[in-house]
Amino acid sequence: MTAPLLEVNGLAKHYPVRKGLILAKQVGTVRAVDGVSFTLNRGETLALVGESGCGKSTTARLVLRLIEPSAGTLRFGGDDITGIGGSALRAMRRRMQIVFQDPYASLNPRLTVADTIAEPMQVHGIGDAVSRRTRVEELLSLVGLRPFHAQRYPHEFSGGQRQRIGIARALSVQPELVVCDEPVSALDVSIQAQVVNLLKDLQRRFGLAYLFIAHDLAVVKHVADRVAVMYLGQIVETAPKRDLFAAPRHPYTRALLAAIPHPDPARRGQVKPLGGDLPSPLNPPAGCRFHTRCPFAQERCRQEVPTLRRLAPGHEAACHFAETLPAAGLDFAGGLSEIAARRLALYAKARAA
Amino acid sequence: MSATNDGLLSIEGLRTVFRTHGGEIAAVDGVDLSVPRGRTLGIVGESGCGKSVLSLSVMRLIAHPGRVAAGRVMLDGRDLVQLPAGEMRDVRGSQVAMIFQEPMTSLNPVHTVGFQITEAMRAHDARASAAELRERAIEALNRVRIPAPERRFDEYPHQLSGGMRQRVMIAMALACRPKLLIADEPTTALDVTVQAQILDLLRDLQQETGMSIILITHDLGVVAEMADEVAVMYAGRVVERAPAGALFNDPMHPYTLGLLGSVPRLDEERESLLAIDGSVPPPFALPRGCRFHPRCPFATAECRTEQPPLREIVSGHSAACLRAPVEAFAA
Repeated sequence: MTAPLLEVNGLAKHYPVRKGLILAKQVGTVRAVDGVSFTLNRGETLALVGESGCGKSTTARLVLRLIEPSAGTLRFGGDDITGIGGSALRAMRRRMQIVFQDPYASLNPRLTVADTIAEPMQVHGIGDAVSRRTRVEELLSLVGLRPFHAQRYPHEFSGGQRQRIGIARALSVQPELVVCDEPVSALDVSIQAQVVNLLKDLQRRFGLAYLFIAHDLAVVKHVADRVAVMYLGQIVETAPKRDLFAAPRHPYTRALLAAIPHPDPARRGQVKPLGGDLPSPLNPPAGCRFHTRCPFAQERCRQEVPTLRRLAPGHEAACHFAETLPAAGLDFAGGLSEIAARRLALYAKARAA
Repeated sequence: MSATNDGLLSIEGLRTVFRTHGGEIAAVDGVDLSVPRGRTLGIVGESGCGKSVLSLSVMRLIAHPGRVAAGRVMLDGRDLVQLPAGEMRDVRGSQVAMIFQEPMTSLNPVHTVGFQITEAMRAHDARASAAELRERAIEALNRVRIPAPERRFDEYPHQLSGGMRQRVMIAMALACRPKLLIADEPTTALDVTVQAQILDLLRDLQQETGMSIILITHDLGVVAEMADEVAVMYAGRVVERAPAGALFNDPMHPYTLGLLGSVPRLDEERESLLAIDGSVPPPFALPRGCRFHPRCPFATAECRTEQPPLREIVSGHSAACLRAPVEAFAA
């Protein structure tokens, strides 16, 4: 077996909280990311999921070295990149790119699409003006845009098209890893599907590895190979996609899955809300961080921090009682009616024609 | 189409236009809808379909250069479109209230939660004393299940979480016990577990108060969870209208099918999602004929020239498509 493309070990990011203007005293620490470890193989998609404030975007930025970790190591393609700088870091950056959530804020409004897409190549000194122009055209057609779009500005495009531009820009330097930070959350449903399909198609063609940050588990189920669930700066469960959805072992994963409303009125009322609010990462609860909201919490959970334990091949969860929890009772079956499925098939056929 | 008699709200032929340099454009163009008492109407559509303009039209909150150009909005037998401004102000809050997507931007950051809730009450009841208002506001916070409401009364919006803020918005909206609540993407900005809490709360409150709800969303899951009736909007028009069960079990309009195909589902795995090609046309460049035809895989020459009316295909289920249901025409 070849080494993983990305190895993250004990990664942490702590932000000091200071009080006072002149003699700023540190009064606390926000543990945004607190000891996260995972690996990502070439051509694979690992989804990092969790609610806002769980540290998933901070993790993504740490991986790209856009912010500096407080602890932990990062290995990319077998090399330790935790402390590299200067030209070594710049060379590494060519191999890892990012697609941002907000297609409106992540494009420079004063650059044409051609300049936007060519900029990373320019930064990394790839090709000359002529070859870059050809490459821009290639990339545009790759993401489903037209050559004449090259001379236009971002404001002339819809959200979905802008996201395609962002993807073309990320791919311009032929990276091995693309961090997708909620790439479809800001898009409309029908456009979301287009972009998800595009990302999957590009992955197949170029063998890209995706670190896919998302909060929508249905999208994750569609794109990911493996899923890591984060809560308050830590990974609480990681598993191959199928195992995670079929047999979630951590109570938080179960709560996330149970909270998703299904597009099927026959199953109305099955949504089970999780009580309480996310505790502050400034002062996370002692013991298991989830115990304040966990329906199964016991005395031990309030005192002892659970570590990630291996429960099945590739399946780990950080819960003292992962083996003895009652069945999850999640039911995703049922779904589309016969008529709806038949019409969707007709739709697919007509669309392909 | 005439509304049923037990309807609380009925919208008839509503057309809301905006004046631009290029002439008038219609963001909402001939919409008929009705909401029965105590029931929930879900309005589904993507950005630019006119769903928010529709709800602002009902509230008479369309600002210049926009205006309601035609149609009626009948609430309890009164046409809100024709109401004098002063009477309309009384209707807002006490009869119809609205909550928005962004609980942070719709709360005033420099006033306490309590001040903002009592503000609406004061507007409708000038004689109430401060102590009485405080008591009623705390009761309102209690009703939306905010823990320690006495303490929250004196806090500012930034001290609350997103879910709490949306609860405060709901408490404000329901402070004067309106008959109709318009919820415009109330959970879109929230995390999925918080969304589930808020939907649960809205359902409970509806049962307690018997209010009607118009729920505007792009999320078919939320619609399936909450709505009794559903209207699917596209480019300013209603393209399909049906009871929720019928819409999901027997979707008629190709756009509805496209939406259903676009949503990744937890119950199945597909190689690729069945997306809708292209994007929603802007209101100043609407295609001729059926507005969906450039994106519709079933479109024929007729669809390019003729605007299909919303017609009842089976009882209580209408679609604005010449070729609905699609299998009748599929070769």
